Amino acid sequence: MDSFTPFSALAGGAVIGLAASFYMLSLGRVAGISGIFASVLQRRPASESSAPSDTASPPESLTSSYGSYFLIGLLLAGFAARMVAPTSLPSGTQSLLLAGASGLFVGLGTRLGSGCTSGHGVCGLSRFSKRSLVATLTFMATGILTVAALRAFGALS
Amino acid sequence: MSLSTQHPASESARGPLPRIAALFAGLLFGVGLVLAGMTNPGKVTAFLDLFGRWDPSLAFVMMGAIGVHALLLRPILRLRNPLFASSFQVPQKTSIDGRLVLGAALFGVGWGLGGVCPGPGVVSAASGSGYALVFVATMAAGALLEGRLFARKA
Repeated sequence: MDSFTPFSALAGGAVIGLAASFYMLSLGRVAGISGIFASVLQRRPASESSAPSDTASPPESLTSSYGSYFLIGLLLAGFAARMVAPTSLPSGTQSLLLAGASGLFVGLGTRLGSGCTSGHGVCGLSRFSKRSLVATLTFMATGILTVAALRAFGALS
Repeated sequence: MSLSTQHPASESARGPLPRIAALFAGLLFGVGLVLAGMTNPGKVTAFLDLFGRWDPSLAFVMMGAIGVHALLLRPILRLRNPLFASSFQVPQKTSIDGRLVLGAALFGVGWGLGGVCPGPGVVSAASGSGYALVFVATMAAGALLEGRLFARKA
Protein backbone atom coordinates (compact mmCIF):
# COMPACT_ATOMS: atom_id res chain seq x y z
CA MET A 1 0.00 0.00 0.00
CA ASP A 2 2.77 2.41 0.86
CA SER A 3 5.03 1.33 -1.96
CA PHE A 4 6.74 3.71 -4.36
CA THR A 5 4.37 4.76 -7.18
CA PRO A 6 6.17 7.43 -9.22
CA PHE A 7 4.16 7.03 -12.43
CA SER A 8 0.65 7.31 -11.02
CA ALA A 9 1.92 10.11 -8.79
CA LEU A 10 3.31 12.03 -11.76
CA ALA A 11 0.15 11.43 -13.81
CA GLY A 12 -2.12 12.43 -10.92
CA GLY A 13 -0.03 15.53 -10.38
CA ALA A 14 -0.31 16.45 -14.05
CA VAL A 15 -4.11 16.12 -13.85
CA ILE A 16 -4.11 18.37 -10.77
CA GLY A 17 -2.03 20.91 -12.71
CA LEU A 18 -4.47 20.74 -15.62
CA ALA A 19 -7.43 21.26 -13.27
CA ALA A 20 -5.82 24.29 -11.62
CA SER A 21 -5.02 25.70 -15.08
CA PHE A 22 -8.56 25.16 -16.30
CA TYR A 23 -9.95 26.94 -13.22
CA MET A 24 -7.67 29.92 -13.92
CA LEU A 25 -8.50 29.90 -17.63
CA SER A 26 -12.26 29.73 -17.14
CA LEU A 27 -12.84 31.72 -13.94
CA GLY A 28 -9.57 33.56 -13.36
CA ARG A 29 -9.13 32.24 -9.84
CA VAL A 30 -6.52 30.28 -7.93
CA ALA A 31 -7.60 26.72 -7.19
CA GLY A 32 -6.73 26.92 -3.51
CA ILE A 33 -8.99 24.43 -1.83
CA SER A 34 -8.73 25.64 1.78
CA GLY A 35 -9.68 29.14 0.57
CA ILE A 36 -12.57 27.87 -1.53
CA PHE A 37 -13.76 25.69 1.37
CA ALA A 38 -13.65 28.60 3.83
CA SER A 39 -15.42 30.99 1.47
CA VAL A 40 -18.27 28.53 0.97
CA LEU A 41 -18.36 27.75 4.69
CA GLN A 42 -18.64 31.36 5.77
CA ARG A 43 -21.21 32.36 3.20
CA ARG A 44 -23.56 29.49 3.84
CA PRO A 45 -25.54 30.44 6.96
CA ALA A 46 -28.19 32.74 5.54
CA SER A 47 -29.54 33.36 9.03
CA GLU A 48 -26.35 35.02 10.17
CA SER A 49 -26.16 38.76 10.59
CA SER A 50 -25.74 40.52 7.28
CA ALA A 51 -23.52 43.16 8.85
CA PRO A 52 -19.90 43.07 7.68
CA SER A 53 -18.14 40.50 9.78
CA ASP A 54 -15.13 41.51 11.80
CA THR A 55 -13.95 37.94 11.83
CA ALA A 56 -11.66 36.55 9.20
CA SER A 57 -13.13 36.04 5.80
CA PRO A 58 -11.15 34.97 2.78
CA PRO A 59 -10.23 37.81 0.46
CA GLU A 60 -13.45 38.15 -1.47
CA SER A 61 -11.82 39.04 -4.74
CA LEU A 62 -9.66 35.94 -4.72
CA THR A 63 -12.46 33.45 -4.28
CA SER A 64 -14.99 32.92 -6.99
CA SER A 65 -18.68 32.84 -6.25
CA TYR A 66 -18.57 29.52 -8.05
CA GLY A 67 -16.45 27.88 -5.37
CA SER A 68 -19.35 25.74 -4.21
CA TYR A 69 -19.48 24.16 -7.68
CA PHE A 70 -15.78 23.40 -7.47
CA LEU A 71 -16.43 21.64 -4.16
CA ILE A 72 -19.31 19.67 -5.69
CA GLY A 73 -16.88 18.55 -8.40
CA LEU A 74 -14.49 17.30 -5.70
CA LEU A 75 -17.37 15.42 -4.07
CA LEU A 76 -18.29 13.80 -7.40
CA ALA A 77 -14.70 12.60 -7.69
CA GLY A 78 -15.08 11.04 -4.23
CA PHE A 79 -18.26 9.20 -5.26
CA ALA A 80 -16.52 7.93 -8.38
CA ALA A 81 -13.43 6.86 -6.43
CA ARG A 82 -15.57 4.85 -4.05
CA MET A 83 -16.86 2.81 -6.98
CA VAL A 84 -13.69 2.59 -9.06
CA ALA A 85 -10.77 2.76 -6.64
CA PRO A 86 -11.90 2.12 -3.04
CA THR A 87 -8.40 1.17 -1.92
CA SER A 88 -7.17 4.68 -2.70
CA LEU A 89 -9.40 6.09 0.04
CA PRO A 90 -8.95 6.15 3.84
CA SER A 91 -9.48 2.68 5.25
CA GLY A 92 -11.81 2.12 8.17
CA THR A 93 -8.98 1.28 10.54
CA GLN A 94 -7.48 4.72 11.11
CA SER A 95 -7.86 6.65 14.34
CA LEU A 96 -10.80 9.05 14.36
CA LEU A 97 -9.12 10.95 17.17
CA LEU A 98 -6.15 11.68 14.92
CA ALA A 99 -8.53 12.69 12.11
CA GLY A 100 -10.28 15.14 14.41
CA ALA A 101 -7.07 16.69 15.73
CA SER A 102 -5.66 16.82 12.22
CA GLY A 103 -8.69 18.65 10.83
CA LEU A 104 -8.62 21.25 13.58
CA PHE A 105 -4.97 22.12 12.91
CA VAL A 106 -5.51 22.07 9.14
CA GLY A 107 -8.58 24.32 9.31
CA LEU A 108 -6.92 26.83 11.62
CA GLY A 109 -3.51 26.76 9.99
CA THR A 110 -4.66 27.06 6.38
CA ARG A 111 -6.79 30.12 7.17
CA LEU A 112 -4.07 31.80 9.20
CA GLY A 113 -1.46 31.01 6.53
CA SER A 114 -3.82 31.75 3.60
CA GLY A 115 -3.42 28.43 1.85
CA CYS A 116 -2.71 24.74 1.81
CA THR A 117 -1.01 22.20 -0.42
CA SER A 118 -3.04 23.36 -3.43
CA GLY A 119 -3.00 27.13 -2.98
CA HIS A 120 0.60 27.46 -1.84
CA GLY A 121 2.13 24.13 -2.87
CA VAL A 122 0.80 23.89 -6.42
CA CYS A 123 -0.60 27.26 -7.51
CA GLY A 124 1.79 29.50 -5.57
CA LEU A 125 4.94 27.61 -6.47
CA SER A 126 3.85 27.57 -10.12
CA ARG A 127 3.84 31.39 -9.99
CA PHE A 128 7.22 31.35 -8.22
CA SER A 129 5.65 33.15 -5.26
CA LYS A 130 8.13 33.64 -2.43
CA ARG A 131 5.32 33.62 0.14
CA SER A 132 4.16 30.25 -1.12
CA LEU A 133 7.71 28.88 -1.12
CA VAL A 134 8.13 29.89 2.54
CA ALA A 135 4.71 28.41 3.39
CA THR A 136 5.40 25.15 1.54
CA LEU A 137 8.83 24.65 3.13
CA THR A 138 7.30 25.42 6.54
CA PHE A 139 4.40 22.98 6.33
CA MET A 140 6.64 20.30 4.86
CA ALA A 141 9.05 20.75 7.76
CA THR A 142 6.41 20.65 10.51
CA GLY A 143 4.67 17.77 8.74
CA ILE A 144 7.90 15.76 8.72
CA LEU A 145 8.56 16.61 12.37
CA THR A 146 5.02 15.63 13.34
CA VAL A 147 5.30 12.25 11.62
CA ALA A 148 8.71 11.74 13.26
CA ALA A 149 7.07 12.47 16.62
CA LEU A 150 4.22 10.05 15.89
CA ARG A 151 6.82 7.43 15.06
CA ALA A 152 8.79 8.18 18.22
CA PHE A 153 5.65 7.72 20.31
CA GLY A 154 4.89 4.46 18.56
CA ALA A 155 1.79 5.73 16.78
CA LEU A 156 3.07 4.55 13.39
CA SER A 157 3.69 0.99 12.31
CA MET B 1 -22.71 47.95 -27.03
CA SER B 2 -19.77 49.96 -25.77
CA LEU B 3 -20.39 48.72 -22.24
CA SER B 4 -19.97 45.12 -23.22
CA THR B 5 -16.44 45.51 -24.53
CA GLN B 6 -14.94 46.08 -21.07
CA HIS B 7 -16.91 43.40 -19.27
CA PRO B 8 -17.85 40.74 -21.79
CA ALA B 9 -20.87 39.60 -19.85
CA SER B 10 -22.37 40.14 -16.45
CA GLU B 11 -22.41 37.26 -14.01
CA SER B 12 -26.02 36.40 -14.73
CA ALA B 13 -25.70 36.77 -18.49
CA ARG B 14 -23.11 34.03 -18.67
CA GLY B 15 -25.65 31.35 -17.97
CA PRO B 16 -24.61 27.98 -16.61
CA LEU B 17 -21.13 27.93 -18.20
CA PRO B 18 -19.16 29.29 -15.20
CA ARG B 19 -20.87 26.82 -12.90
CA ILE B 20 -20.17 23.94 -15.26
CA ALA B 21 -16.55 25.07 -15.59
CA ALA B 22 -16.10 25.25 -11.81
CA LEU B 23 -17.70 21.84 -11.39
CA PHE B 24 -15.51 20.34 -14.07
CA ALA B 25 -12.36 21.88 -12.57
CA GLY B 26 -13.25 20.44 -9.17
CA LEU B 27 -14.01 17.01 -10.61
CA LEU B 28 -10.75 16.97 -12.56
CA PHE B 29 -8.81 18.14 -9.50
CA GLY B 30 -10.41 15.40 -7.41
CA VAL B 31 -9.65 12.71 -9.98
CA GLY B 32 -6.04 13.91 -9.99
CA LEU B 33 -5.84 13.72 -6.20
CA VAL B 34 -7.15 10.13 -6.17
CA LEU B 35 -4.87 9.05 -9.01
CA ALA B 36 -1.90 10.69 -7.31
CA GLY B 37 -2.50 8.82 -4.06
CA MET B 38 -3.24 11.97 -2.05
CA THR B 39 -6.51 10.52 -0.73
CA ASN B 40 -4.63 7.68 0.93
CA PRO B 41 -3.53 8.98 4.38
CA GLY B 42 -1.00 6.16 4.70
CA LYS B 43 0.64 7.29 1.49
CA VAL B 44 0.82 10.91 2.65
CA THR B 45 2.19 9.95 6.03
CA ALA B 46 4.80 7.77 4.33
CA PHE B 47 5.88 10.77 2.25
CA LEU B 48 6.39 12.79 5.43
CA ASP B 49 8.10 9.85 7.16
CA LEU B 50 11.54 11.03 6.13
CA PHE B 51 13.22 9.44 9.15
CA GLY B 52 11.28 6.19 8.90
CA ARG B 53 9.83 4.36 5.92
CA TRP B 54 10.03 7.21 3.45
CA ASP B 55 8.01 6.94 0.26
CA PRO B 56 9.01 9.77 -2.10
CA SER B 57 6.01 9.27 -4.44
CA LEU B 58 4.26 12.50 -3.50
CA ALA B 59 7.26 14.53 -4.61
CA PHE B 60 6.32 13.32 -8.09
CA VAL B 61 2.79 14.66 -7.57
CA MET B 62 4.24 18.08 -6.89
CA MET B 63 6.54 17.82 -9.91
CA GLY B 64 3.67 16.83 -12.21
CA ALA B 65 1.28 19.47 -10.88
CA ILE B 66 3.75 22.35 -10.83
CA GLY B 67 5.28 21.34 -14.16
CA VAL B 68 1.95 21.43 -15.96
CA HIS B 69 0.53 24.44 -14.13
CA ALA B 70 3.63 26.61 -14.44
CA LEU B 71 3.76 25.85 -18.15
CA LEU B 72 0.09 26.65 -18.81
CA LEU B 73 -0.20 29.61 -16.46
CA ARG B 74 1.92 31.98 -18.55
CA PRO B 75 -0.14 31.83 -21.76
CA ILE B 76 -3.38 31.87 -19.75
CA LEU B 77 -2.45 35.04 -17.87
CA ARG B 78 -1.58 36.75 -21.16
CA LEU B 79 -5.25 36.62 -22.16
CA ARG B 80 -7.31 39.77 -21.74
CA ASN B 81 -9.69 38.06 -19.34
CA PRO B 82 -10.77 34.56 -18.28
CA LEU B 83 -13.38 32.76 -20.38
CA PHE B 84 -16.23 33.21 -17.90
CA ALA B 85 -15.16 36.04 -15.58
CA SER B 86 -14.26 39.69 -16.05
CA SER B 87 -10.72 39.56 -14.67
CA PHE B 88 -7.92 37.38 -13.37
CA GLN B 89 -7.54 37.49 -9.58
CA VAL B 90 -4.03 36.40 -8.67
CA PRO B 91 -2.77 36.93 -5.10
CA GLN B 92 -0.59 40.06 -5.03
CA LYS B 93 0.61 39.90 -1.45
CA THR B 94 4.37 39.50 -1.12
CA SER B 95 5.03 40.10 2.60
CA ILE B 96 6.33 37.16 4.57
CA ASP B 97 4.88 37.66 8.03
CA GLY B 98 4.37 35.69 11.23
CA ARG B 99 0.84 34.92 10.22
CA LEU B 100 1.96 33.08 7.09
CA VAL B 101 4.68 31.11 8.85
CA LEU B 102 2.65 30.23 11.96
CA GLY B 103 -0.34 29.25 9.83
CA ALA B 104 1.73 27.06 7.54
CA ALA B 105 3.46 25.49 10.56
CA LEU B 106 0.11 24.61 12.17
CA PHE B 107 -1.19 23.27 8.87
CA GLY B 108 1.88 21.04 8.58
CA VAL B 109 1.25 19.63 12.07
CA GLY B 110 -2.32 18.77 11.06
CA TRP B 111 -1.18 17.32 7.75
CA GLY B 112 1.32 15.12 9.55
CA LEU B 113 -1.15 14.01 12.23
CA GLY B 114 -3.83 12.82 9.84
CA GLY B 115 -2.18 12.47 6.44
CA VAL B 116 -4.96 14.55 4.94
CA CYS B 117 -5.04 18.04 3.44
CA PRO B 118 -8.20 19.96 2.50
CA GLY B 119 -8.76 18.68 -1.06
CA PRO B 120 -8.31 14.98 -0.34
CA GLY B 121 -10.37 15.45 2.83
CA VAL B 122 -13.36 16.73 0.87
CA VAL B 123 -12.97 14.05 -1.84
CA SER B 124 -12.71 11.24 0.71
CA ALA B 125 -15.62 12.57 2.76
CA ALA B 126 -17.85 12.10 -0.27
CA SER B 127 -16.79 8.47 -0.42
CA GLY B 128 -18.42 8.03 2.98
CA SER B 129 -15.18 7.58 4.91
CA GLY B 130 -15.83 8.26 8.59
CA TYR B 131 -12.19 9.28 8.96
CA ALA B 132 -12.57 11.97 6.29
CA LEU B 133 -15.97 13.11 7.56
CA VAL B 134 -14.50 13.73 11.03
CA PHE B 135 -11.54 15.51 9.40
CA VAL B 136 -13.74 17.83 7.31
CA ALA B 137 -15.98 18.62 10.29
CA THR B 138 -13.09 19.65 12.51
CA MET B 139 -11.41 21.43 9.58
CA ALA B 140 -14.54 23.58 9.31
CA ALA B 141 -14.42 24.18 13.06
CA GLY B 142 -10.74 25.11 12.82
CA ALA B 143 -11.39 27.56 9.98
CA LEU B 144 -14.17 29.25 11.96
CA LEU B 145 -12.03 29.25 15.10
CA GLU B 146 -9.27 31.06 13.22
CA GLY B 147 -11.72 33.88 12.55
CA ARG B 148 -12.40 34.20 16.28
CA LEU B 149 -8.80 33.94 17.42
CA PHE B 150 -7.08 36.04 14.79
CA ALA B 151 -9.50 38.70 13.63
CA ARG B 152 -8.13 40.48 10.60
CA LYS B 153 -7.80 44.20 10.59
CA ALA B 154 -10.47 45.78 8.41
